Amino acid sequence: MAKETIKTMHERDISAERTRSRAVGIIAKAFCYAFLIFMALVVLFPFYWMINSSLKSLEEYRQSVPTFWPQKVLWSNYAEAFTAASLGRLFFNTAYVGIVSTILSLVITILSAFAFARLEFKGKNLLFSALLATMMIPGELFTITNYSTVTNLGWMNTYTVLIVPFLVSVFYIYLLRQNFMQIPNELYLAAKVDGTSDFKYLCKVMIPLSLPTLISITILKMMGAWNSYIWPRLVANDDAHRLITNGLRNAFTDTTGDVNYPVQMAAVALVSAPLFLVFIFLRKYIMKGVSRSGIKG
Amino acid sequence: MVESKQKWKAWLYLAPAIVLLLVFTVWPIINTVRMAFLEGYSGLKVAGGESFAFGVGNFVKVIKYQKFLSCLKNTVLLCVLTVPISSLLALLVAVFLNSIKWLQKPLQTIFFLPYVTNSIAIGMVFAAMFNIVGSFYGTENEIIVTAGIINNIIEFFGGKAVNWINYGSSYAANITVMVIYIVWNALPFKILILLGGLQSINKQYYDAAKVDGTSRRRIFARITVPLLSPMLAYVVITGFIGGFKEYTSIIGIFGEAMGPADAAGRLNTMVGFIYDALSTNNQGRASAAALILFGIILAVTLINLQVSKKRVHY
Repeated sequence: MAKETIKTMHERDISAERTRSRAVGIIAKAFCYAFLIFMALVVLFPFYWMINSSLKSLEEYRQSVPTFWPQKVLWSNYAEAFTAASLGRLFFNTAYVGIVSTILSLVITILSAFAFARLEFKGKNLLFSALLATMMIPGELFTITNYSTVTNLGWMNTYTVLIVPFLVSVFYIYLLRQNFMQIPNELYLAAKVDGTSDFKYLCKVMIPLSLPTLISITILKMMGAWNSYIWPRLVANDDAHRLITNGLRNAFTDTTGDVNYPVQMAAVALVSAPLFLVFIFLRKYIMKGVSRSGIKG
Repeated sequence: MVESKQKWKAWLYLAPAIVLLLVFTVWPIINTVRMAFLEGYSGLKVAGGESFAFGVGNFVKVIKYQKFLSCLKNTVLLCVLTVPISSLLALLVAVFLNSIKWLQKPLQTIFFLPYVTNSIAIGMVFAAMFNIVGSFYGTENEIIVTAGIINNIIEFFGGKAVNWINYGSSYAANITVMVIYIVWNALPFKILILLGGLQSINKQYYDAAKVDGTSRRRIFARITVPLLSPMLAYVVITGFIGGFKEYTSIIGIFGEAMGPADAAGRLNTMVGFIYDALSTNNQGRASAAALILFGIILAVTLINLQVSKKRVHY
């Protein structure tokens, strides 16, 4: 009889333990979701507030009790923002600089990555290591001298000054070289036997096979043009060549005090929109590119 | 690798990159070091035909400069506050995201959103959220129109409104706003990297732990964190490197004044100091400050690597 009691108590313990661990599991899951959803709301809130504010009238924005959706949706803020910051010109400048620099940068990156991945020449490894070493140096160190260089070249307030100094990115060369090296050597040998030239092999085989990396580079480069602020402010801050970020900052110099926020937020929304569109359609490439780069733009 | 018969061809492929790198990367390294060691070097004075003595005068002047010390303090403070907070939050989010199935993909996308924003544009949104609207200059009849959404939320939960970024705001309040903004901005990249790391951990470790009846906390401390440590180290190191170059996020919130209306320049950073010196044609001072910044980043990275060598497993 004593034996039986022990056994049942043992079973009871096990089942109690099981329900307990299940309860802990459910509580943990609930806590998990609560935390994630709270964080997601924190992340989304500024975007929501930007759109909400951009559609309000100034009177409604200034109510001491905030409204969480505009009583009267005012699209005219967007038109006003577009003219107030002359966004048309800024959009054009940024798109022009972004597209031209991306194309040129891609050509240069592809050619150098090919040389480092497929061709043999003296000092290849030394040169490549030296290039990688320059990645450690903060960009500010280059900017100081580059500022004098472009002044001496007479490039101030031109599109050239916004495009040329940043055409070569060691990081992109590195990224593409890694990708090129993964393409099996046999393909190259076969092409050589068939008498294909290096350049033709690069265009017909290597570029198509590395398309995902090239797309990632394109997006990061375009985002860079969209977000650049410091260099354009130094060298091309005239009306004809100003880029979008500088234009936005210049058009709305005050962020504190008595400011017409609805129009300002409409301008911010207009500037942010293209990036979001790109993100929606090319999310996979952006996230892949970013996870390997660790740099913004 | 196949030997190409015409070795000069490789240099042809490399030519455009090398020419540009020589002009815009190699020459700047040499020239910036040169300018840093020429005392009082200035582009304007060079044009006037002046010559400069060789010495460490620029460095001494920069270090003794009150403005530089305040910039250094701001930069270090923001780094020390934001890197641990954002790394820890990102770790929590990544671990939780990895443990759920339902809603995982949409949440992942939401957490990545701040990355694809313009840090100046969204800085303006944060400024709007923290701003007190009204004329606000420390006079008696102040007109506060609306206290701003953040203050509204604080008041809703029974707190007191804070002057975050306006005229007369405190340094602590300014730094708090900056920390919140920088952490918000830094999360997406860190979450992306850490989640990628978590997803590549072999599931067998967890199965083995389950068989042994290991507790959740123990699994986290003994399996997840050690196996994730290389990614954690990476996130912390890049966080510090980025943190020491903090600049545009402050422009986003405070504008070019780099501080509230009554204390312009109070929140300036190392990078801001370099650009101020550059735009006033003090290239010597700017170069010295840039080399100091480089030195600090290098030292912090080496320390981080040294620490992670002991802590990072495998």
